[in-house]
Amino acid sequence: MIAQPELKHHFDDAGQQLESSTLGMWIFLATEIMFFGGMFCSYTIYRSAFPEAFASTSHFMNVTAGALNTGVLICSSLTMALAVRAAQIGQKKALIWLLILTLTLGCVFLGIKGMEYHEKWVEHHVPGPSFHYEEAQYAQNAEILFFLYFAMTGVHAVHMIVGVGLLITLIIMASRNRFSAAWYTPVDMIGLYWHFVDIVWIFLFPLLYLIGHTK
Amino acid sequence: MGSFSIFPPRASSTAGEVDALYGFLLLVGIGMTLLIFFFVFLFAIKYRRKDPEDKPKAIHGSIPLEIAWSVIPFLIMLVMFAWGTKLYFQNYTPPLKDTLDIYVTGKQWMWKVQYPGGQREINELHVPVGRAVKLTLASEDVIHSFYIPAFRLKHDVVPGSYQTYWFEPTKSGRYHIFCAEYCGTNHSRMIGWVTVMEPDRYQEWLSGGVQGESMADKGEKVFEQYGCVNCHVLDQQGRCPSLRNVFGKPVQLEDGRTVLADEAYIRESILNPNAKIVKGYHRDVMPVFQGQIAEEPLLQLIVYIKSLSAK
Amino acid sequence: MSTTLLAVQKNYLNADYGWKSWLFTTDHKRIALLYLFSITAFFFVGGAFAVGMRLNLLSPNGLFGHDTYNKLFTMHGIIMVFFFLVPSIPATLGNFLIPIMIGARDLAFPRINLLSWYIYIGGGILALSAIVRGGVDTGWTFYAPFSSTYSNTHVILAALGVFIAGFSSILTGLNFIVTIHTMRCPGMTWFRLPLFVWGHYATAIIQVLGTPVLAITIFLLGLERLLRAGIFDPSLGGDPVLFQHLFWFYSHPAVYIMILPGMAVINELIACFSRKAIFGYSFVAFSSVAIAVLGFLVWGHHLFVAGQSMYASMVFSFISFLVAVPSAIKVFNWTATMYQGSISYDTPMLYAFGFIGLFTIGGLTGLFLATMAIDVHVTDTYFVIAHFHYVMVGGMVMAYLGGIHFWFPKITGRLYPEAWAKFAALIIFVGFNLTFFPQFILGYLGMPRRYATYADEFHTLNVMSTAGASILGIGYLIPMIYLTWAWRHGPISPQNPWHAKGLEWEQAPTPPPTFNFIEPPVVTEPAYNYAEES
Repeated sequence: MIAQPELKHHFDDAGQQLESSTLGMWIFLATEIMFFGGMFCSYTIYRSAFPEAFASTSHFMNVTAGALNTGVLICSSLTMALAVRAAQIGQKKALIWLLILTLTLGCVFLGIKGMEYHEKWVEHHVPGPSFHYEEAQYAQNAEILFFLYFAMTGVHAVHMIVGVGLLITLIIMASRNRFSAAWYTPVDMIGLYWHFVDIVWIFLFPLLYLIGHTK
Repeated sequence: MGSFSIFPPRASSTAGEVDALYGFLLLVGIGMTLLIFFFVFLFAIKYRRKDPEDKPKAIHGSIPLEIAWSVIPFLIMLVMFAWGTKLYFQNYTPPLKDTLDIYVTGKQWMWKVQYPGGQREINELHVPVGRAVKLTLASEDVIHSFYIPAFRLKHDVVPGSYQTYWFEPTKSGRYHIFCAEYCGTNHSRMIGWVTVMEPDRYQEWLSGGVQGESMADKGEKVFEQYGCVNCHVLDQQGRCPSLRNVFGKPVQLEDGRTVLADEAYIRESILNPNAKIVKGYHRDVMPVFQGQIAEEPLLQLIVYIKSLSAK
Repeated sequence: MSTTLLAVQKNYLNADYGWKSWLFTTDHKRIALLYLFSITAFFFVGGAFAVGMRLNLLSPNGLFGHDTYNKLFTMHGIIMVFFFLVPSIPATLGNFLIPIMIGARDLAFPRINLLSWYIYIGGGILALSAIVRGGVDTGWTFYAPFSSTYSNTHVILAALGVFIAGFSSILTGLNFIVTIHTMRCPGMTWFRLPLFVWGHYATAIIQVLGTPVLAITIFLLGLERLLRAGIFDPSLGGDPVLFQHLFWFYSHPAVYIMILPGMAVINELIACFSRKAIFGYSFVAFSSVAIAVLGFLVWGHHLFVAGQSMYASMVFSFISFLVAVPSAIKVFNWTATMYQGSISYDTPMLYAFGFIGLFTIGGLTGLFLATMAIDVHVTDTYFVIAHFHYVMVGGMVMAYLGGIHFWFPKITGRLYPEAWAKFAALIIFVGFNLTFFPQFILGYLGMPRRYATYADEFHTLNVMSTAGASILGIGYLIPMIYLTWAWRHGPISPQNPWHAKGLEWEQAPTPPPTFNFIEPPVVTEPAYNYAEES
């Protein structure tokens, strides 16, 4: 059975519907840029105020985990793009497998992140009453950096979790033959979302992990 | 009720200037309001619908009119902007010398005033007519705002930094001090009085109070108490810069910048020494005093260091 | 078609019955009504706090005690800004009218529209629970470090309510932008759109780009309250002024979210009741967008006395003057529209007159605040309070009431009692001015804002203000009564009682069916074609 384009009643034609979905998703991504932007802005301001403290904290970041996660996300963006392509040419099996692969990579990312968070907790680098920093003269400012670290990666992780949920939904929809070469808009849109979440990480990684690692 | 004015008393050199600018804005504002009201009333009455079938001619627009009523208001606004900016810069830039320096600390919910001569007051400020007075404002807790309507001046008092507030009183009398930034339960009771006195009466008042240590003397005690003397005076190995003749002069930093050693610089050097290292010295030598010294002793310390710059 | 036939015809109100048909609706018109009822409820909650405040201010020594007063003004601000003003016109009139005005059957994302209402209600419940559990006392501006470290009230709960309500605003804006871009009917070009639509488009841009910054600011504040890491606390190395920058980066554009829809409504009222096309259509359209863009560049004018660099303050002051120009352009164009028009004094037009007058005063006093040396004296005083109430209440709320009266027949299929409506408009106008004009004077005299008790010399003007507030309160209650009555018992409205132009009056039945039109419209004439040119 070939799925028909699902034209909602308030649209005149499929072209209008697709245009609306696409514009809507891009606007949503613009709101996300503004959302993360506030935190990037705070980070920039504090980093320029306390450069050594921030550089010292990057030595306590697990660069291996971060680099691994970066690779994982970039690969997941590749598999996602391939999934969109598969949907575009109506290849249901390839679509489902690529979505599963993307989902798996996303979960790997979250797993590594969880491991890192646990590490931080054990090292007493989680801001709050249990915070303790090795280099005492930077302690106060380091706590602010770790605060921003958890805020930024935490909000990013929440977006990843939502993305994982969306991917599961897509997998279920695809296995129920909802998509075809004529209509695969949700795959397209969620692909855009996934790429965005990936790009945010591409900015987070150097700013949080790599500063101070120049020598 | 007595004579009612829409202006509070004018007791500073700038009060009349601010009122004049306000007068100009009132003129423009009232003028513009009357103009709009006039035309709206005129058109509403003159073109009142007489026939339910009325079909007025369409008039779509007029570029010359659009330009005129964009450019002319903008030009008037430029005057407001220029005048307001000039006055603001003047009112927010204290004179570089010959100011009477007084130190004000705001905390929930009172104003603590310290005079260089050692006098202290709570919620009261005494100043002489005709002299430029510079207040250094510090907060011990949340953001407050030091406001004297009669001077037409206010400035937020921000924890973590010093703010400067200067004025020249022109008329003796007692005027309100209000806290103007919401700061909790008793925000509306964080009020006081500034008493402006003729210069000779002011001298009397200064010497009439309890004779005690000056702020600089107290600051010297703080200097010893926290061990600053061990490095900055007694140390022979050149680990730290001398503090003689530092205040008020430019300082060369190791990163190439040159900064002015004002109150804010001295404060930062004590609380966060690694932020600016003097050229030829090293980081991580001076202990970090953030959280160790309260605002009032910190101000005393700064006045002491000021006193080490001979004038 | 006969008018009685119209009333019993299938329309969006009688298309389906039962609570499920309302709570699970995707019809933009029903969602608009869901918003209308909830927003009205919040207005009266916020208004109740205002009554408490003005009662307290009758005496220089106060009435309720400092902590209670501090909670009253905080909750008045939070409810009025986030749960009344920001959603008001867009979520009610915008939701109802935009699809019809552009000839569409619904918004681009009807289910997201419904979601936005549920999100709004969710945020509202959290805010109300903060109130019920004892209130918040930080001021609606939540300044740190008081709100992050010192306040002992339900800051996180209230902030969470605001955070969630913000997403409702974002989704509404997103929906409007996409709808206006992609769903205009054949012939409805951008420059044939009613200016109501242009105004909401500009508003939506701000909603979409500005609100996320508020969200993240509140998120960081809440996290700070939990973890005490110091991001805004100077005793821990943080910067309290950073909070102000982040907060006002949204909250200044937010005031344009609040006024642009009001201006959008005024366009429709002036055109209809002057029976003339809006003078300078493209200038008015572009000025809406100009206000939206420039509005993002002026936030620092809230920090002139906060320790901001004098040079930065100068730039912000200059741009603040600049943003006044498009607003002035609108006022002049509305006045010029009346020239050689055919003016009728129906209630919506009375509200439009009120708007022009009061918004002019409010906007001009904004110039006082943009003038730095004056702002140093009047910021944080009643002058600011008077300024923003003139634009928000004298402007926005009047436009809202004018719009509700204008489109009441379209929404309900009935007519409201004109005499009562005119009477209420007059009461509101008088009450408003009596309440807020004295506050300009109080401000320049030096009375600070957020004061539970005040110096004796401010007594008389405060009594005057409270007297005005009681009149204003009565003025707002009267339409509540007759509009509710008219909904059930008012005379049935003809298709186009105002003989207005526009797809919503000429093509959509009164009230409209669920999909708005009997036949899909095609547009061949310009907007406001009262002179019937081709």
